[in-house]
Amino acid sequence: MNKVYIIIFAFLFTFAFGNLSAQQVKKAEKGIFLLKGGTLHTITAGTYVGDILLKDGIISEIGREIASAPNAKVIDCTGKHIYPGLIDSGTRLGLSEVSSVSVTNDFSDLGDFVPHMKALTAVNPNAVAIPVTRVNGVTTVFTKPSGGTFPGTGALIDLFGYSPEQMSAGSERVILNFPSTGKRGRFDRRSDEDIKKDAVKAQKNINDVWDNAIQYMKMDSSAKAENQKWMTNNPQMDALLPIVLGKAPLFIEVNSKGDIEGALDWLKDKKIKAVLTGVAEGWRVADKIAKAKIAVITGPMLSVPGRDNDRYDAAYTNAGKMSKAGIKVAIRTDGSENTRNLPFNAGFAAAYGMGVEEALKAVTINAAEIFGVADKYGSLEKNKVANLFVSNGDPFETKTQIEKLYIRGWNIPLESRHTLLYDEFLERTPGLK
Amino acid sequence: MNRYRFLLFSFLPLMVHGQNVLIKNGTVLTVTQGTRENTDVLVTNGKIARIDKNIATPQGVNVIDATGLYVMPGIIDCHSHIALDVVNEATSPVTAEVNVGDALDPLDVSIYRALAGGVTATHAMHGSANAIGGQCETLKLRYGTVNPDDLRMQGAPRTIKFALGENPIRVHGEGNKISPNSRMGVEQVFRNAFSEAQLYMKDWDDYKKGITKSSPAYNLRNETIADIIKGNILIHCHSYRADEILMLMRVLKDFGVKKITFQHVNEGFKVAPELAAFGATASVFADWWAYKFEVYYSTAYNAAILTKNGVVTSINSDSEELIRHLYHEAAKTQKYGNLTDDQALALITINPAKQLGIDKMVGSLEVGKDADIAIFKGHPLSVYAVPQKTLVDGQVRFDIMKDPDDMRVDINPAEKYASFYESNVNSEEDGCLRGISETLLQEGNSNYLRFKYSQNQDH
Repeated sequence: MNKVYIIIFAFLFTFAFGNLSAQQVKKAEKGIFLLKGGTLHTITAGTYVGDILLKDGIISEIGREIASAPNAKVIDCTGKHIYPGLIDSGTRLGLSEVSSVSVTNDFSDLGDFVPHMKALTAVNPNAVAIPVTRVNGVTTVFTKPSGGTFPGTGALIDLFGYSPEQMSAGSERVILNFPSTGKRGRFDRRSDEDIKKDAVKAQKNINDVWDNAIQYMKMDSSAKAENQKWMTNNPQMDALLPIVLGKAPLFIEVNSKGDIEGALDWLKDKKIKAVLTGVAEGWRVADKIAKAKIAVITGPMLSVPGRDNDRYDAAYTNAGKMSKAGIKVAIRTDGSENTRNLPFNAGFAAAYGMGVEEALKAVTINAAEIFGVADKYGSLEKNKVANLFVSNGDPFETKTQIEKLYIRGWNIPLESRHTLLYDEFLERTPGLK
Repeated sequence: MNRYRFLLFSFLPLMVHGQNVLIKNGTVLTVTQGTRENTDVLVTNGKIARIDKNIATPQGVNVIDATGLYVMPGIIDCHSHIALDVVNEATSPVTAEVNVGDALDPLDVSIYRALAGGVTATHAMHGSANAIGGQCETLKLRYGTVNPDDLRMQGAPRTIKFALGENPIRVHGEGNKISPNSRMGVEQVFRNAFSEAQLYMKDWDDYKKGITKSSPAYNLRNETIADIIKGNILIHCHSYRADEILMLMRVLKDFGVKKITFQHVNEGFKVAPELAAFGATASVFADWWAYKFEVYYSTAYNAAILTKNGVVTSINSDSEELIRHLYHEAAKTQKYGNLTDDQALALITINPAKQLGIDKMVGSLEVGKDADIAIFKGHPLSVYAVPQKTLVDGQVRFDIMKDPDDMRVDINPAEKYASFYESNVNSEEDGCLRGISETLLQEGNSNYLRFKYSQNQDH
């Protein structure tokens, strides 16, 4: 009799530990994969039924038919759809684990002028939200710091890897929060005059910073021209150098109509590259943004209008209106744990005027172009990074299932905390008895 | 609340009841009686009079052509704070005596935006600062009225908010240095409140029977809790963790209380068999998680697990943003758990109606029920669905063809727009403590008293 109990106990014990270990997802699979007969949504070269070969982390071949590939594992994708991995152009994924628990948040450091704070440093490759996000087809995200005027430098990362270096997609961008003349929220009790004063003061700070950055750039350039040793300890200014030199774009977070106009004005006499982010009221000044030929990262679509008097669908329609005005638009969720809703944000933009094709570009090739990585990301093309997924339909449609996921050519298990808890608890054992 | 007042001229003057309308030739998603193609819905005096093919248009009845459109029951949000001036009476762990029905705001523009998402009824709830919070009010979204009473849904049972876990602990334990300061303390708040009410009931019984000569002092808090024990008030309890859910069911069993809907209930999936056995119901988010520690071990498959374990489940918004696309939130259960169309639609129609005790009146398209109807272009469970018209009691309260560009009535010619709120467009989606987190971030402090007295909703 005792033996029976021991066996039962041992069984339950194993069971319990089995479940504990199930909190980690399975290992990814390395290999050469030949995906045959799927509908390839290439984004840049049309949509057709064909084959795609993933080898050494890249798309090594793509076409209507790839006859054979040595040592390749062949995966039948007949009737399935293949899309490039979706790119979320603004998140805090990996920088925050539980947003209300401050010790788990690494997206904001002290100081108003800290452009040298690098998001990539603080990305946690094992953040629980990362698998949760990628199983919805989002393979790459821009993760960014926030708070203050120059909160730091965001990083484009692939959602697979065990160190920030492994995850880096090779693009980092400095962020400027343009002075806002809007209210921060309902709790903001500042008078209109005070808000204006704060904005003017913030604007003056930015201009001062900018003058210093120009001076710094001149000193740096002349030192380098004369091959002098240029000893400094000014990481803030070092972070701004590529922007002042016009080599990398400045990401300017700006939302209300007046502030967007202010940012465009501010940029006028500066010979720098810039991208506007947020841009909630871009629809009000779309012609001006288009004329300035500045690309835009906008979202989330699933938010309420910035003003109480605006149409209920202002945030749904914004991306489409800007896109129609000729602006290059990428979409972001601005999320952390629910970055997985990127396809639905794009779906709402598509439904409210943007159309599916443009919305797809906004989460693939447009994003890649804005981040300067279109040679590697954003479409199904030969020699691009093998970030893609196989689905049973339109990835924006809510009930569509992702059936295969590849990041950098690795076959990623479609597991996350959410799926594992489902597997464990759908039919809980023991149940009531 | 320093908020603009909005109103739609086009909806004035309005009638609260008694509209006649014929919705022609739509795909009718009854939810409870299947889907019927090319079917008409006749509304007489604000009630559904007939659902049939080719109904002849009676004289004087407005016709809505629903050819190519989907006609479904108006969406019901079982957890909402829109149309309220205030949400929390955070002055004691027990405030059963207060009622959010005393603080209705019929001019809240969120009502219109909810209608634009097909929502016709909401459960306007007290916040989660107190273990036993205030009483709630079930509303019909009759936007256009200036009379708060017009929002109340006649015939809806009384409901009350309970709250477990972090919120009452933070407000009272950490903020006020009084119990509850832990989940142990939360249990004792309930046991104490129910026991007090039992004694209060006995005192009145003794007095009525002549056993005692002087009457006990009337106490509205105890009266309310006594009504809960008698089964006259439905409990809707903010909850997250499995342990606290089990705790409250034990307490309720001890005091003979049978009806409860657990709200949020992110770990409901862990105790789905226990919830089903108790007869408790669950009102959940589609996918919100990880915004606080007590929702870290969550799954978007929660609604599917609960449904498949026999728990009557609804999906709620708890948000002025999410309430605008509950149809999309419900569709997520098809991605996360493969629910059928009818199962998914039930999560935002008949199931919340059951949880609010109003399923005899609303929640499905059936003859005799209120004509609370949402008309969609595209199937409502598709991400491409766009709500076209929303009717409450047969009265069109949202019409996409008549949607105004400017929602203001009191337009100030000197002011081109209303204020721009950065927080609106940078929603952090951290659910229950959203507004509060913003306050803390802005002010850079962790003073919970501030959080307690702020006007922000803590859900």
